[in-house]
This record gives sequence, structure tokens and C-alpha cells, in this order.
Amino acid sequence: MHDSNRMELWKMNKGLQRIYMLPYALWIVLFVVAPIALILYYSFFDITGHFTFENYKSFFSSTYLTLTVSSFWYALLITFFALLVSYPTAYLLTKTKHKQLWLLLIIIPSWINLLLKTYAFIGLMGLYGPLNAFLETIGIGKQQILFTDVSFVFVSVYIFIPFMILPIFNALDKLNPALIDASRDLGASSWTTFRRVIWPLTLNGVKSGVQVVFIPALSLFMITRLIAGNKVITLGTAIEQQFLVTQNWGMGSTIAVFLILFMFVVMVITGGSDKGASVHEKNK
Amino acid sequence: MKRINNLQKLYLIAVFIVLYAPIFYLIFYSFNSGGGMSHFESFTWEHYAAVFEDKRLIVIVLNTVIIALLSALLSTAIGVLGAMAIHFMRNKRTRNAVLSLNNILIVSPDVIIGASFLILFTMIGVKLGFASVLISHIAFSIPIVVIMVLPKLQEMSSTLIDAALDLGASRRDVVTRVILPFIQPGIFAGFFLALTYSLDDFAVTFFVTGNGFSTLSVEIYSMARAGITLTINALSGLIFVITVVLVLGYYAISNRTKMPLTGVKK
Repeated sequence: MHDSNRMELWKMNKGLQRIYMLPYALWIVLFVVAPIALILYYSFFDITGHFTFENYKSFFSSTYLTLTVSSFWYALLITFFALLVSYPTAYLLTKTKHKQLWLLLIIIPSWINLLLKTYAFIGLMGLYGPLNAFLETIGIGKQQILFTDVSFVFVSVYIFIPFMILPIFNALDKLNPALIDASRDLGASSWTTFRRVIWPLTLNGVKSGVQVVFIPALSLFMITRLIAGNKVITLGTAIEQQFLVTQNWGMGSTIAVFLILFMFVVMVITGGSDKGASVHEKNK
Repeated sequence: MKRINNLQKLYLIAVFIVLYAPIFYLIFYSFNSGGGMSHFESFTWEHYAAVFEDKRLIVIVLNTVIIALLSALLSTAIGVLGAMAIHFMRNKRTRNAVLSLNNILIVSPDVIIGASFLILFTMIGVKLGFASVLISHIAFSIPIVVIMVLPKLQEMSSTLIDAALDLGASRRDVVTRVILPFIQPGIFAGFFLALTYSLDDFAVTFFVTGNGFSTLSVEIYSMARAGITLTINALSGLIFVITVVLVLGYYAISNRTKMPLTGVKK
């Protein structure tokens, strides 16, 4: 009895709690709440600093609507192909003998600086690069590969594959093999087993994979500039353009407001998966 | 469990080749005495020498490392305090609200973080440069540390604290001699992730760095926009080696810290 009192006392000691909460609380106010509020606030101002709804009007003009649609389309393509490659890879990885080691090997490239990998593709896909040399030897001849939307999608898929593999691998790894045996024993074909047992049970992994790929894919701007030239403009490219080139922070903020909205929509759709795990996966 | 067949093996190998090809391609041409990444003339170390002779580049590398270490250290400190604050919150609703706020920066696209921090710094008058980059890196690393430390805190049985208090420990002792040692693996993992987050970041830094201050990612970006320079290749060779060493080191450390912990639990 005496002890639990002391425990309560320790817990209730508001003074101590306040002191150690202070830096973290300050962080939430300054770097989580304030930035979003500022973005929202700036979206109502034009380039000369006057209050206006003009930015929202122009966002719903055809230029920005096309941009949004094409940005979504590319993000969808990237997510789809990343999933297409990653699911079988993750599945086969769980079947290998030293699966943790193989997983580590898959992860290592994702630790290499993103810029360097993108830069590699400038050489690989260049007019005199090995890819074109290969095309020439098989008789297709030199092609302009760099600065096309195909190269953009390819490089983006390449960048995101490890992030997609991890959550799916974890989901598959947790899957109880007895369930698959049971499904087989009950006469299900491999395809039925996959469709009715494996896929539903690993759907959460797929969802968190989609989440960590789709949102960044909407907002990429470095790969678009380096690989796609100016062929592809994503929402991220547009924001960067408005903030750092045109210096029209109001319009940039308006696009950012919509990107934040889309982000929440994507999170709601892919929600239900364990947040902590997806964070861990994102960075490994 | 069924072993995989040859076709499936081939698929895995193909994925591995595609994943590693660009990296090895870069490193391969870092030894090219010719100027580009398409025709290998002869072997040379000259591009590596160029990296070490380039004073500006070395300053940038040092900046990057200093920012990474400082931001990881400070964000770990604040993140651990934050995780403890969240853990000891008794109102479940506030707890969840704080956790959601915590996760916003993790899922936010870098462009949004960069743009909003740029507005913030301009408004409160932080000069763009070292300070703004450091503060941003601390800010986006804190939630990761929290997420890494929180599960460890939840794993800890409250009877441990009771026992310590019964044995006459002060609150300070409870924190430094019971809680912190228990959550140490989480702290290490958080610190390490914060470090890699900072080293890897391009977009946020690109927004909040002014003229005259640059990190490696931003520098590589401007070099790459100018075209192919084999100095970048040499740099990537060095970075690859360092990365592999770091990853292996991390796994060694996390394996070692796992051992005594399970020992305690049993």
C-alpha cells in the first residue's frame, strides 16, 4: 500500500514531468503545429503580400488540375511497379536459408545516398551509356532514354523497391506456415491459397508499403529534375519551383495544402497498419 | 517449408543485380582515367586524390558529419524525454493525440517539411545556413527517436520502478539507473536512425540552406545537374565503403545489446 502510494507520488510529480516534457512540447508547437499553420496562412497571400483567394482559384484552373492528375498517375505507376517487383521478391526472400542476411543485402542499397543512385542513372541511361550500348548491339539502336517519363518511372521504382520490400517481408515472415498447410490440406490450389490466405493476411504489410512509396512519389522533385529533365512535373516539383525559383510562396503553400490533404487521404486509405512498424521499415 | 526452385532463384538474383548495378557502375568508373562514365580507359586513383585535394568538398563533408552527429545527439536527448513524457501520460486521449502529432513529420513529404520550415525560419528570423539546417535536422529526427524508444518503455514492467523505489532509490536514480539502462537499445537505434536520416537528407536541407552553406547531398545535386564529374564517382566509392562498415557496425552493436537485455528479462 505504502509502495503504490510512492509510485503514484512519483507519477504525479507534475513538476518533474513538466521539466522533461518541455523541450518535446516546444518541438511539437514549433515544428509540427506552427509549420502547418504557416503553410495554411501563406496560402491566402499573393506574391505581393495581399490577402487573396486567387491561389485557390488558380489551383482549380486546368494547369494545376492537369498537374495534379499527372502527378497522381505517375505516383500510381511507381507504386504499382514497385509492388509488382517487391511482393515476389519479399516472398522468395522469406523462403531462403539465411533470410535475414539476404534482407540486409536488399537493404544496403537503400542506405546509399539517394542522390548518388540517381546520378548513377544519368550515366547508365546516357546517350553513350551501357544501356544504349546494349540496345545498339541487339540491333535496336541508340535511343533517348534519359529525360523521358519512362526513365523517371524506372528510377523512382528502383529507389522505392527496398522500402516496399521491407514491410511486405515482415508481414510474410509473421505469417503462420500452418495456415498455408491447412489451406493446402483442404484442397486449395496455390493460386487460391495465395488469393484467400496469403494476400489477405499480408495486406497490412502491402498497405504500409504503399504508404511509404505513394506519398513520397507524389512529392519527388529531385529525380524529376535530374532524370526526367522537365518532362515530368509532380506536385513536389511545383512546390519547389514556386518556393525557390518563382519565389511565389503563396501559390507554393496552396499546392502544399493540397499535398497535405492528399497525404491524409492516402493515410486513411492505407491506415490500420501499425505506425511504429512502418516507420521502422521506412528507414532500414 | 518448400525450397525455392531455379527460376525463382534467377528472379531473386536479377533483383539483386538491378539493385546493385548502379552502385557498382559508379564505383567502377571512379577508377577511370577517361573523363566520362561510358568508356573505360585505364585504372587511376586520380579522382580519389581529387576528392581529398578539394578543400571545399572536405569542408562540406565535415559540415555534413557535424550536422549529422549534433542533430542525432540532440534529437535523441529530446526524443527520449518526449517518449518518457508520452509513456507516463495517464489520459489515453491526450496520449494518442500527442502520438499522432509526433507522427506527422514522419509521414510528411520532405518538400512540405522543407517549405514550411523555410517559412518558419524566415518569420522568426533564423539566418539560413548552419543553424537552420541543424535545427531542421533535429526537428525531423525527434519523432523517429520517440518511435524507437516508446516500445522499449512499454516493454518495461512498472514493477521495476516500484522495486527501485522500495529499495530507496530517488526519482533521479530511477531514471538514470533503471529506466535509461532498460531502454538503451531503443535509444541507440533511435540515435543511429537519426544519424542516417540526417546524412541522407536532401530535400529539407535544400530548402533551408542559404547561400554559402552546403551539405553533401545538396552539393552532389548541384554537381550532378552540371553533368558528369568523376569526383562524384570517387565520392560514392568512399561513401559506399563507409555505409557498409556502418551497417555492419550497427548490426554488431544491436546484436550485442540484445544479449544482456534478454538476460535480464529471463
